[in-house]
Amino acid sequence: MGGDGHNLELSPHVSDEIRKTTCYMCACRCGINVHLRKGEDGQPKIRYIEGNRDHPINRGVLCAKGSAGIMQHYSPARLKKPLLRVGERGKGAFREIEWEEALALASEWLGEVRQRDPKKLAFFTGRDQSQSLTGWWAQQYGTPNFAAHGGFCSVNMAAGGIYTFGGAFWEFGAPDWDRTELFMIFGVAEDHDSNPIKMGLAKLKDRGVKIIGVNPVRTGYNAIADEWVGITPGTDGLFILALVHELLKAGSIDLDYLLRYTNAPWLVVQNEGAEDHGLFARNEAGEPLVFDRQQEVCVSSKGKAVKPALNGQVTLPDGRKARPAFELLAQKYLSDEYAPEAVSERTGVSPSQIRRLAGEIAQAAFEREVVIDQPWTDMKGERHEKMVGRPVSFHAMRGISAHSNGFQTCRALHLLQILLGSIDSPGGFRFKPPYPRPIDGQPKPHGGCKPGEPLAGPHLGFLRGPEELLLEDDGITPQRIDKAFSWDAPMSSHGLMHMVISNACAGDPYPVDVLFMYMANMSWNSSMNSGGVMKMLQEKDDNGDYRIPKIIYSDAYNSEMVAFADLVLPDTTYLERHDCISILDRPISEPEALADSLRWPVVDPATQGEGRDVRGFQSVLLDLGGRLGLPGMVKPDGSAIYKDYADYMVNHQRRPGVGPLAGWRGKDGEQQGRGEPNPEQINRYIENGGFFQAHVPAEAQYFKHANRAWSDWAIEMGLQDGPVENVFQLYLEPLRKFQLAAEGHGKRLPPESHRARIKATFDPLPIWYPPFEGQQLDENEFPYHAITQRPAAMYHSWGSQNAWLRQIHGANPLYVPGAICDEAGLVDGDWAFVTSHHGRIKVPVRRMEAVNEKTLWTWNAIGKRSGAWNLDDDAPEAKKGFLLNHLIHELLPPKADGLRWSNSDPITGQAAWFDLRVRIEKADPQDHPVSLPQFEPQEDGLEQPAHQLTYGREWGEGT
Amino acid sequence: MTSLPETTERALGLVIDLDTCVGCHACVVNCKEWNTGGYGAPLADMDPYGAEPEGAWLNRIHTFEVSPEDAPASIVHFPKSCLHCADAPCVTVCPTGASYKRSEDGIVLVDESMCIGCGLCAWSCPYGAREMDPVENVMKKCTLCVDRIYNDNIPEEDRVPACVRTCPSGARHFGDFSDPQSNVSQLVAERGGFDLMPEMGTAPVNKYLPPRPKAKPECATTTTPASVQAEVGGFLGWLDRALEKLGKD
Repeated sequence: MGGDGHNLELSPHVSDEIRKTTCYMCACRCGINVHLRKGEDGQPKIRYIEGNRDHPINRGVLCAKGSAGIMQHYSPARLKKPLLRVGERGKGAFREIEWEEALALASEWLGEVRQRDPKKLAFFTGRDQSQSLTGWWAQQYGTPNFAAHGGFCSVNMAAGGIYTFGGAFWEFGAPDWDRTELFMIFGVAEDHDSNPIKMGLAKLKDRGVKIIGVNPVRTGYNAIADEWVGITPGTDGLFILALVHELLKAGSIDLDYLLRYTNAPWLVVQNEGAEDHGLFARNEAGEPLVFDRQQEVCVSSKGKAVKPALNGQVTLPDGRKARPAFELLAQKYLSDEYAPEAVSERTGVSPSQIRRLAGEIAQAAFEREVVIDQPWTDMKGERHEKMVGRPVSFHAMRGISAHSNGFQTCRALHLLQILLGSIDSPGGFRFKPPYPRPIDGQPKPHGGCKPGEPLAGPHLGFLRGPEELLLEDDGITPQRIDKAFSWDAPMSSHGLMHMVISNACAGDPYPVDVLFMYMANMSWNSSMNSGGVMKMLQEKDDNGDYRIPKIIYSDAYNSEMVAFADLVLPDTTYLERHDCISILDRPISEPEALADSLRWPVVDPATQGEGRDVRGFQSVLLDLGGRLGLPGMVKPDGSAIYKDYADYMVNHQRRPGVGPLAGWRGKDGEQQGRGEPNPEQINRYIENGGFFQAHVPAEAQYFKHANRAWSDWAIEMGLQDGPVENVFQLYLEPLRKFQLAAEGHGKRLPPESHRARIKATFDPLPIWYPPFEGQQLDENEFPYHAITQRPAAMYHSWGSQNAWLRQIHGANPLYVPGAICDEAGLVDGDWAFVTSHHGRIKVPVRRMEAVNEKTLWTWNAIGKRSGAWNLDDDAPEAKKGFLLNHLIHELLPPKADGLRWSNSDPITGQAAWFDLRVRIEKADPQDHPVSLPQFEPQEDGLEQPAHQLTYGREWGEGT
Repeated sequence: MTSLPETTERALGLVIDLDTCVGCHACVVNCKEWNTGGYGAPLADMDPYGAEPEGAWLNRIHTFEVSPEDAPASIVHFPKSCLHCADAPCVTVCPTGASYKRSEDGIVLVDESMCIGCGLCAWSCPYGAREMDPVENVMKKCTLCVDRIYNDNIPEEDRVPACVRTCPSGARHFGDFSDPQSNVSQLVAERGGFDLMPEMGTAPVNKYLPPRPKAKPECATTTTPASVQAEVGGFLGWLDRALEKLGKD
């Protein structure tokens, strides 16, 4: 009884039990406390989900998506049983089958292909967080055709960073939130480090640290930034290089840092026209040379107590001429080409703002240096009494990387960080274990394909030059269906998932027999040209057979892609499954601790709805591996080694003593990083809240790229097996090797058609060039940019089925700058046609001023195909929502020679989503106000959802 | 009509920091999930998978665009829930006594067993902070998580409103405004916390902190880096001297 005469229970029962696991409402991987309480049917039901206070990622907080997990878990779009297609592809007509039939069919299809020609299986996973399993499975199967979604997500960011300094943002590293004095954030994908960034921004606000947002759209983080740089899409690289120009001009660079940790002093051969022009001068042992400015002699860069020169022509012992990489760098960026005045019009940023920002960066880095009283010893054995840092930090994600100039732009940003001396120095960017991991610590890509045999190594990796491309004997034909690691996209470290379906349909370089996908909505928001991809999946040959003969797809929900599958394997929800966020992949570490985590079935799917007969995809994959007799998955007697994914998580060893999970290893569970499998490991994780962490020793906290204590600890923890040299590659020699091939040098030469492009874009020093789509179009015909932003409250198409989140983002208008509205006669509520070189869509319009003046934008992946996700055919997502994808082609506009290039970065193959150019015109108000294109509603065999929802009714406390 | 207490022993409420709110909706959804299984009737959703999904929420974020004359346009995210006013018109207007303000802590609540769903309170609230439950037809509003803040069944550190516990950007603070030393009173004093629509005379307990002024693109240069190119030998001359100096350090 409360006061005032009202009956009020102040201390009601909350839950019967709390189970701690890892969120999967986006890719951020927060720790959650799932409160369970008995429901009306007597089974445990989710009462409440909150952030886990002990968890290294989210420290107790939880975003809108995470808090809406209840609605995801109980979504009426959940699949219940394996499905076999009965109608035409795309319709959504299936019959339910038993798991035994489904698995027998899948293993028959897969087994036949494996014995005949394993590359005829294309296995691509989408937002999969189990790539160390799925990749290994594909390797053991023997198809060269595996990748996850990195190619259409942010491979430019990952590859640009790894090639340059052995890390990148998000899973690889983070700003030093507690010490930085200036923070600049470029175009972000909201699910990439979602909560840590918000928590970090709060810390900066608390300390009064300036936040600068560089983004064409001033929403989200940019809305609270102290300064907004409303940049024109695709010009971030130019803006960054103008900052570099200003910093160089002012001498505001950390020369000591450059000499110690980078290849700035390495000598670059100057031999115009020859096969070694632009390569590093090396000694007989292959070690790069530097010129000792005191002894005036060329010596190995690996030597101790060297005083390398940064400028001046040097005559090498063999008579060739060379110059330090830094001199080439300084010449390039000091040129007027990068002066603020020269870049202002293209970038939309005024010269005075660029100059002032460069000044603020210099001031924070060099006048507010951070000193930590912590001695440490570098890899050359020199002891340093203190850790001295340059407290300027950056974060960037898809906004700068999803362009055809994204790789070089990401490199430009890292160049800026390195010139300032702010990589893994106090107040700058900090590596997250197991990073740093430079290319010397990374695998090479592996291809090849022999019937019935596994691949020699992992599919994805980092190649060092043309000799490592995955090509057929002709030196031109790609080995892979997505043409990764071919001349089209040589350094495509994450593959090109967005090209798989169109290449397979075209039989270029060859057709496939089975397309096997997981959690990838390729017939909708995960593809460019969604309508075209739907047709490709339905296309038949002259015999009336589908061009892609068999499609196996696994998803937990009735997504748009389900309708195009022949066999559907229903996955569990994230609260019903085992998973590991593995140390073998990209774990959940924060800079001060190595951390990994797991998911476990906090509820049993059999209790979570009538007739639910679903299985975690990873367990199904291991089951199939057993049936197919894949090496490493079967015992000598042919029986399966792993009962399920949980069994694999505990008992699989990638190298002796090193498995998917780093915590509580060894028979008694006392070991970390390395140790025998521990049968109790999963229970120990669960007892600890679902995660494990090991703190990085104080001496190893910074300068990890050159820190002896870090190297020793990383070896001890099983992150690496020996010291790995990590010299930051300001000048990236592998790029130069491709340029040389394009100039006609070496054994492997690109086809004539590719040479000019490779020469122009594979500059070993970061450059900027205009995005390809815009280059090939008449700017007057397509004067505007069109991009998407990811809303904080929605994760791709997953959120649309969520009864709560769809009330926040149920439809997406196109936000149009005021001046463009005035010119086109548009007011709020109007509909407009938006046209690209490829398509035309009709969309609702909303006026906005806080946006770059040439940029139209909308929320990502809100639009739905009618009938998908068990939504009403007339759901706003389908009738008012829309996708920009229909305007984006997977190929660039045809060139004069008739050739069409992939709409991707020429270096990594990353999908260039944000290169889109459009025009806009008002639609006739008489037109029926429905977004276009519309598609035939997707059918499903699911129950009609309820017309009202009163979640938690059974627990309501009286008032 | 219902009376307000003359005074309350404490004045519990929220400080919402508009300088750090990124509009992520974490507070909105966490509020919904806590409260739909908690105090009173569930927060119902009509047509949840249909053409016009609409449910009851206790907290919503409104997004405004501001276009100052001398600076680029910007976006303000504005979370809004019941402000637990000292002079709450929603209480005095209530014909049954269902709507009341607690004398212990100032929290404004609806006793759903007495609510007839007439909606007068929602009409009288100048902030639009009350929503009728579409199924039970009782008035729903922020309870300041009265079933959390005194709840012995949850750890002491978690006895704060769900929106405060979950907010990733630290934009929400909970405390007692009657105590000048409390965290919330201090924040209001330090940051110029303000009342929402003070002219309405409702004396709201919740306070908002204003966004800090933003830098303008053309604002005065505080630091112009001197060009070393102008020095003897240009950039390379500077480089030589700098390296020489480095060698001696």
